[in-house]
Amino acid sequence: MVNVAGVSRWFEDVQALTNLTIEVPKGSITVLLGPNGAGKTTAIRMITGALSPHQGSVSVFGLDPGQPQGEAVRRRCGVVSAKPSLYDRLSGWDNLRYAAELYDLGRGKATDARINEAAAQFGIDQALDQQVGGYSTGMKTRLALARSVLHEPELLLLDEPTSGLDPESAVAVLELIRAMTGEGRTVLMCTHLLLEAEGLADEVVIMQHGTSLVWGAPADLANSYWPTPVVRLSTGIGSDLDHLADLDQVTSYAREDKTATLEVADLSVVPQLVRRLTERGADVTAVQPFQPTLEDLYFAVRRSQGSTADEIPPPQVGTGRPSRSRVAELAR
Amino acid sequence: MTALAPPTKQPPKIRRTTSQTNGDSPTTREAARMNWSRMWTVARTDLKQLAQAKDFWLPMMILGSFFFVIIPTILLFTITSIGDVEVIGQISQTIEVLPQAAQDQILGDTPEGQTAYALAVFLFAPVAVIVPLTISTAVGASTIVGERERGTGEFLAHSPAAAKEIYIGKLIASLIPGYLTTAVGFGAYSIIVNLIVGPEVGGWFFPTFQWWVMILWVLPPFLAICLSLVLRLSARVRSTAAAQQASGLISLPLIMIAYSQSTGVLFGAGSLPYVVGAIAWAIALFSLHRGVRSVTRSRLLGVVGGI
Repeated sequence: MVNVAGVSRWFEDVQALTNLTIEVPKGSITVLLGPNGAGKTTAIRMITGALSPHQGSVSVFGLDPGQPQGEAVRRRCGVVSAKPSLYDRLSGWDNLRYAAELYDLGRGKATDARINEAAAQFGIDQALDQQVGGYSTGMKTRLALARSVLHEPELLLLDEPTSGLDPESAVAVLELIRAMTGEGRTVLMCTHLLLEAEGLADEVVIMQHGTSLVWGAPADLANSYWPTPVVRLSTGIGSDLDHLADLDQVTSYAREDKTATLEVADLSVVPQLVRRLTERGADVTAVQPFQPTLEDLYFAVRRSQGSTADEIPPPQVGTGRPSRSRVAELAR
Repeated sequence: MTALAPPTKQPPKIRRTTSQTNGDSPTTREAARMNWSRMWTVARTDLKQLAQAKDFWLPMMILGSFFFVIIPTILLFTITSIGDVEVIGQISQTIEVLPQAAQDQILGDTPEGQTAYALAVFLFAPVAVIVPLTISTAVGASTIVGERERGTGEFLAHSPAAAKEIYIGKLIASLIPGYLTTAVGFGAYSIIVNLIVGPEVGGWFFPTFQWWVMILWVLPPFLAICLSLVLRLSARVRSTAAAQQASGLISLPLIMIAYSQSTGVLFGAGSLPYVVGAIAWAIALFSLHRGVRSVTRSRLLGVVGGI
């Protein structure tokens, strides 16, 4: 649905995007993850044609948004920007009506009904008569979300949609986003909050310095970084774990204080390891299989980028193998 | 997707993949067809916001009533009721500086009547120029940079609205307050003039034909020229304050030109008003056409290099 191929973009002397490549599959939630200044917002602006690339190409619905057919692209996109971009002096209703008319929904009962429906979907319908300047941040975000779906877009571009929200509102908004893909929409969301992406993202793109470091489904990416199972064992002393490093079943070993992180050939060997420890009189206090979170993945990728060129992470999902040093990184 | 080398620190020579200008989406070329509905939507929404901004329109109303009502009422009332023949005689000498064509048109049998007529018809002409230009300049100066400052430019940049639709919508939204104030003020001024000066010159006489020509034919193109320049400025500067400052520099000479031209239109005779109006319209249309290019999506976003 969206294909960003080798896009670079400069703002005077600042390079905002460097050979950025993103593919967004239809009907998925793709999350752009990266620190502030990674180029996430610029990427969204490229997709709607609000900005044009200096190098590379962008294709959305098979069209180039930077060309005259960009209007057709923008008509099929709904955007929620990092700031809600609402007109404070207008009421919520007027804000939605403005969008409805710009997106060619026209005026009339059908449009009014659609405005009410979209507002109700995000729980903001009771406040539509109020001036937006008096809205709370959460209300503004809800109104911006309602505005973005008003014209029933096929592609939703959400730039930090939960920024400034309290945890409850943020969870509610994320649930609404999840629900929208159930309606067949494609979502591309930017965030620097890893917890937000966890469990929501079908695909993640980890960005840094305006480029995509890795891309793929979170589970596939995790497998590419940790292809063999990892387990954490803790004992009362810690040093009595060290002899496990010599075992054939253990492919890598690192210990920090009383906890060791082991890469093992198969999780079925874990009971044997525990038995061996107890036979030697070790006081085993914890056995914990390691399930990498998006946060683990993100920092693993980022750390790899900070490493030497030889240690750069696998270039594609399912290829390459992390070095043994990753287990040590994990232990940290 | 491959892991990539860190980005280069210095931008290489930019190789564009299309014929786009640096920093801009080619919005200026995107809209061969004009969506009038969207354009009116932009204009209407801007006007609605303006109507909500009491802190803006209240001073403007005061300005309009000051020039169209308060000053003329005081001056004309004073002249017609002063009763001091010597003083009136001194004031009426100013009529002699008017061109003969203008002097020939002056009505009234008494010095008071003639002086009041000359003031009402000829010397208050700039009033009709200063008010709309000041108001429309103030509105236009903040219209695009204001979108950027409030962050709403992002919404417009992502919307299907073409740059031309946004530009013309905002132009209309800037033009209407100034012109509307002038129309209302002109109506009020006409009533005041007729009530105060009318009895001295034999009945209601205002507006004269030259005033109609000035209000309907000469003033609008000057307003359009001024706004096309102010909107260009608004698209390029970084803050509303800067836009207001710079638009003052633009509008002041234009006000002076419009003043002199409108005075000439009123004083002159024959085809002069039509010629002045026609030239002004030609310049206005050219300037408006060129002004469309100033609105780009990158300027609405306010990205560095886009302004």
